Amino acid sequence: MGAVSVIELDHVTKIYPLKAGDVVALDDVTLRIDRGEFIAIMGPSGSGKSTLLNQIGCLDVPTRGDLLISGKNIRKMIDQELTTLRLATIGFIFQKFNLIPVLTAFENVEYPYLMKNRREDITGRVRNLLLSVGIDNAMAQHRPPELSGGQQQRVSIARALVNDPAILLCDEPTGNLDSKTGDQIMELLVELHRQGRTIITVTHDARVSRFADRIISLTDGRVS
Amino acid sequence: MAKDIILRLSIRSVRLHLLRSILAALGIVIGVVAIASMGMMGANMTLSVTDQLSDMANILVVREYTGGGMRMITTGGGGAQAIFSGSGSSDDQDWVTDKQFKDIQRIAAQYGTIYAVYSQSDRIEVGSLGGRTTIYGLDTAVIPEIFTLQEGAFPKSTNQVMVGPMLAERFGLTLGTRIDIGNPDEGTTTVRVSGILEERGMSMDMNTDSAIIGSQKLYTGIYGGEGEYTQVNIVLDDIDNADQAITDLKDELNKKGDVITVQDSSRMMESITSTLSTLTGFVMSIAGISLLVAAVSIFNVMMMSVTERIREIGILRSIGTQKGEVRRMFLYEAGILGLVGAGIGAAASLTLGYLVVLAMVGTTSYFFTPQSLIYVPFAMAVGIGICVASGVYPAWKASNLDPIEALRAE
Ligand SMILES: Nc1ncnc2c1ncn2[C@@H]1O[C@H](COP(=O)(O)OP(=O)(O)O)[C@@H](O)[C@H]1O
Ligand SMILES: [Mg+2]
Repeated sequence: MGAVSVIELDHVTKIYPLKAGDVVALDDVTLRIDRGEFIAIMGPSGSGKSTLLNQIGCLDVPTRGDLLISGKNIRKMIDQELTTLRLATIGFIFQKFNLIPVLTAFENVEYPYLMKNRREDITGRVRNLLLSVGIDNAMAQHRPPELSGGQQQRVSIARALVNDPAILLCDEPTGNLDSKTGDQIMELLVELHRQGRTIITVTHDARVSRFADRIISLTDGRVS
Repeated sequence: MAKDIILRLSIRSVRLHLLRSILAALGIVIGVVAIASMGMMGANMTLSVTDQLSDMANILVVREYTGGGMRMITTGGGGAQAIFSGSGSSDDQDWVTDKQFKDIQRIAAQYGTIYAVYSQSDRIEVGSLGGRTTIYGLDTAVIPEIFTLQEGAFPKSTNQVMVGPMLAERFGLTLGTRIDIGNPDEGTTTVRVSGILEERGMSMDMNTDSAIIGSQKLYTGIYGGEGEYTQVNIVLDDIDNADQAITDLKDELNKKGDVITVQDSSRMMESITSTLSTLTGFVMSIAGISLLVAAVSIFNVMMMSVTERIREIGILRSIGTQKGEVRRMFLYEAGILGLVGAGIGAAASLTLGYLVVLAMVGTTSYFFTPQSLIYVPFAMAVGIGICVASGVYPAWKASNLDPIEALRAE
């Protein structure tokens, strides 16, 4: 047995049925991603990058084909099982940060943990996580709108990490940041990769792809 | 701060749109106040009426059977007969005959005191004041047994009468005041006030508080109809004999069809209480309509809340929130609106309800009884329930949003 694949796509097709006609967002994609890999997904806008990430992130199931996360086929899972899997094994980092505006930075990080393990005091763990991405205790009491883009993305990385997921999915994580802040965020991701985490990031940025072990190129929903 | 982070989210969301939330909750406040005060008014009315009636619970009233149900209007004498005689009656008369009175005395004497009553509504004049009132004619021997005077003496001659305290107040009657009974065009009879009665309250046998009570001789002198009694009253020595007495009377007198009816206060009380509670229920359901309006506004606000937070719902779902938790978040939000509205409503209905009861019932001595106050938590529960119910569809809608679609929303 060679490297353990955490993610396996076997002839995955995703079709969005629209009134104007079906949109084939992913077309017969087959690929394997091993534990600890750093993958960059590249391709023009509308090529299906986010769709691929959302499938891997168990936000949706394939129209056809099988998708295995840590050996489990998600195609037969109901919403509740998908959500539980997402909570335990996936960390999402988005281009637009996607923090909950009415919660403080601290609470945003605490949230997925509370969803998974109810009623446990993890103040120390959340603080350390935030410190490790460069957010101090005072800043942690602010709400997202009071933070800069870079700070918000740091908080969202801490949030993605709080349940210690096997897979980090990043959809253009530096897309809304200036290049200097973007580099800092990439350094954080590289550091996380070095610690052994599987990272899959969508990017337009050639500099980001430099860090990657492998680049998957998408065109019109097909791996090229 | 709430321990449960879902509850925390709901509270913050309500606070974020405080004005909108307050306006939506206002409907609930009004609804709760309306239901609670109407309920309390009904309860207080019932309590006050039953209290007054139970003082007279030991009285049976025998009347001529007229086919219909109970007649609350006291009539008697020739004139009224044609108008009020019932259709189902076996004869045309509308009074209890002297023979029947004797029979009643014979059958029921063992149960208590029995006396016959004449009564008639008529015009009276006191000086320049005129008006209508009820004139009662009673056996002078019985009068001291059943009435208590506030001042003066019981009538000793045919031109002496007693008056009820409310009538005395209305016409400024004092001992010795002259009253002209009858229509001036048809000739009047002048009587003098010899005594003023104690207040007796509402009662089914006789309403003497605003009436004139004289001797039978005075009554028949004015209206004729001797031996044609409006009713016969039986004052029971023991209230437990009521059913037995009624059975005895009916068995004998109604042998050949319904001739008499017997009313007892407890049955009448039941019927009044049930009428009152029907009425209260009706008024409360009208008040409930205001809650329906409130439900619409809560629903509206909740739908707005869902629409505004589609993206937030997408985020929550993407980071591992179950559908049920999303549902819970919105139901909590509706519940908070309900709780706040119902809380304010409860406080307001204690004050407003007190005023309503004071105005409508005239006394607040029953206000702080459990039967009355129960309407406050009842109305609160209805208010909160309606709020949560209005939140069910929005919450369901929110929880069933497609996470990917929701994340794409702006
Ligand atoms: N939820 C959706 N409903 C309908 N069409 C969608 C949806 N998500 C994506 N698409 C379509 O699928 C294709 C791929 O989209 P996406 O994966 O977002 O591309 P990328 O992230 O590479 O820009 C596009 O044509 C897009 O319009
Ligand atoms: Mg995209």
